[in-house]
Amino acid sequence: MLNQANPIKQLVILSGKGGTGKTSISAAIADLARDSKNKINTVLIDADVDAANLSLVLQPQQSETYEFWGGSVAEIEKSKCIGCDLCKLLCRYDAVFPYADGSNSYFIDPIACDGCAACVYSCASEAIRMVQQKEGNWFHSKTVYGDLFHAELFPGKENSGKLVTLIKQHARLWAQDTQASLIVVDGPPGIGCPVISACAGADLGLIVTEPSVAGIHDLQRILSLLQHFKIPVVVCINKSDIYPKGKEKIRQFSSDYKIDILGEIPYDKHIIQAMVQGRPVTREYPNAPSSKVIQEIWNKLVCRLTKC
Amino acid sequence: MKNSKALCIAVASGKGGTGKTTVATSLALSLTPQENVLFLDCDVEAPNGHLFLRPRIEAEKKAVILIPRIDVEKCLTCGKCVEVCQFHALAEIGKSIMIFPQLCHGCGSCAWHCPSKAIKEIKNPIGVLEAGLALKGIRFAHGILTISEPMATPIIRQLKKWQKTETGSVIIQDAPPGASCSVVETLRGADFALLVSEPTPFGLHDLKQVLDILKEMNIPGGVIINRDGIGDFQVDQFLKQNHIPIMMRIPYSTEIASAVAAGKTLLDVSSNYGLEFKTLFSQIKKRVMENETC
Repeated sequence: MLNQANPIKQLVILSGKGGTGKTSISAAIADLARDSKNKINTVLIDADVDAANLSLVLQPQQSETYEFWGGSVAEIEKSKCIGCDLCKLLCRYDAVFPYADGSNSYFIDPIACDGCAACVYSCASEAIRMVQQKEGNWFHSKTVYGDLFHAELFPGKENSGKLVTLIKQHARLWAQDTQASLIVVDGPPGIGCPVISACAGADLGLIVTEPSVAGIHDLQRILSLLQHFKIPVVVCINKSDIYPKGKEKIRQFSSDYKIDILGEIPYDKHIIQAMVQGRPVTREYPNAPSSKVIQEIWNKLVCRLTKC
Repeated sequence: MKNSKALCIAVASGKGGTGKTTVATSLALSLTPQENVLFLDCDVEAPNGHLFLRPRIEAEKKAVILIPRIDVEKCLTCGKCVEVCQFHALAEIGKSIMIFPQLCHGCGSCAWHCPSKAIKEIKNPIGVLEAGLALKGIRFAHGILTISEPMATPIIRQLKKWQKTETGSVIIQDAPPGASCSVVETLRGADFALLVSEPTPFGLHDLKQVLDILKEMNIPGGVIINRDGIGDFQVDQFLKQNHIPIMMRIPYSTEIASAVAAGKTLLDVSSNYGLEFKTLFSQIKKRVMENETC
């Protein structure tokens, strides 16, 4: 059993394809960890910072809010701009535009600006400066399932990987201070920068896949990523009965790569009903078909995490 | 239509797995052969459009970012490159400069500002672009991010510039999930955004994020509610209160779920969808025209 004498274990839940059920399963795991006979002191992280949903299920009772200041964008002071065109020439992000008022000066589209500051250093009239952007908020919340670290990146902003790393650092410190034995990271979809940040330091990756051509395609990509970072992997199949041929493919694929399938969760309306209620499915409908399989998955996960 | 001569429709959602690719591919198939369609799969981290449109890949191009290479003979180790780099991709270690390619954004600032012209830029591949003709003659292209590379946005930018478009053609861009920079890059320059949502608390939360982006970018949009009937009515209520049009509803059915899982589109499930998507397209065209005149 996971206990406090051991170092903190980190479980990351990923999928490649979006919408396979990462967050619903993360929430259920949070519930089961708290509820198991030997209660496991768990810290929870929602690492999907631009579409953060875990708090909608775990329903924090209180939250502390912190600002996230990310990168900077360039800003041109119109009165100093002499319209020399050099910034426009240098910018590789198509972010510099002339004013339409005939003033022979330029402005920067903050949405397009990548924050590289090439223009700042090259402007002869020192008309350009970098302005740091508040790119979101992050939260340390109390839920009945444990402390939750989550964030809201403002729509369209960059640096989601940086924000994920930031909340993970805070979560880890909290876990150490409170002698937690498990950190559960609900990861983002895809395989890019925030996913890489979500994986960092993980002891085990649980891939939630679905038996669809898209699910299987993206399963292979996320699996390659986790193998690249040498993170041990287990799989569970959600909505396992929507396409039997796909399920067979995942079984075959997993056996070829010697990856354990910890459970096959059937398509179950209770998962969405629980989401609507704002509760983990295992808590709202403990006897639902999906809850029973997730319980089995959890038991096996505990076993794996103790070994790893 | 504003800047290019083609009509560009981006399909986005916020939440993953709501049916972006199902809608985008079904729309593309409904519009051909009457329209000249270019389908761009901009979800370069997890591209799935090809599984439904089955292109025969005929062209390939590396997606690259330009990273610095330092000529040590010329380098004065003055540290200017380290100073100008905003992404910590260069570091001065002892008497030499180290480069961290995965942190580099390819902005070229270091090369430009090097006083001794010691920095040359070389192409660092971070993914691949592929193109070819797909089902029903749809022109198809997608980008694929290489495993362990972090940056999707430059690939999307290069993908959008790669294929030439003709006057009057229709570009359909399938966006990645979420609401961060890669979604913005997909939406940039789009004439219309079709947002695919599902009637659940997660669907609503993430839809709001993308609607905020549309507002900021001044792109007109409409919503398709997929899996209509699951969940609750909050998405409906929210859209009604905010006067955002619901352009189509796709009911939840196990038949559709299994068909999509098997790599089929909505047109394979029912030929009625062909007509529905054509109607949707004329509504979109009308909205884009109205947007341009006002």
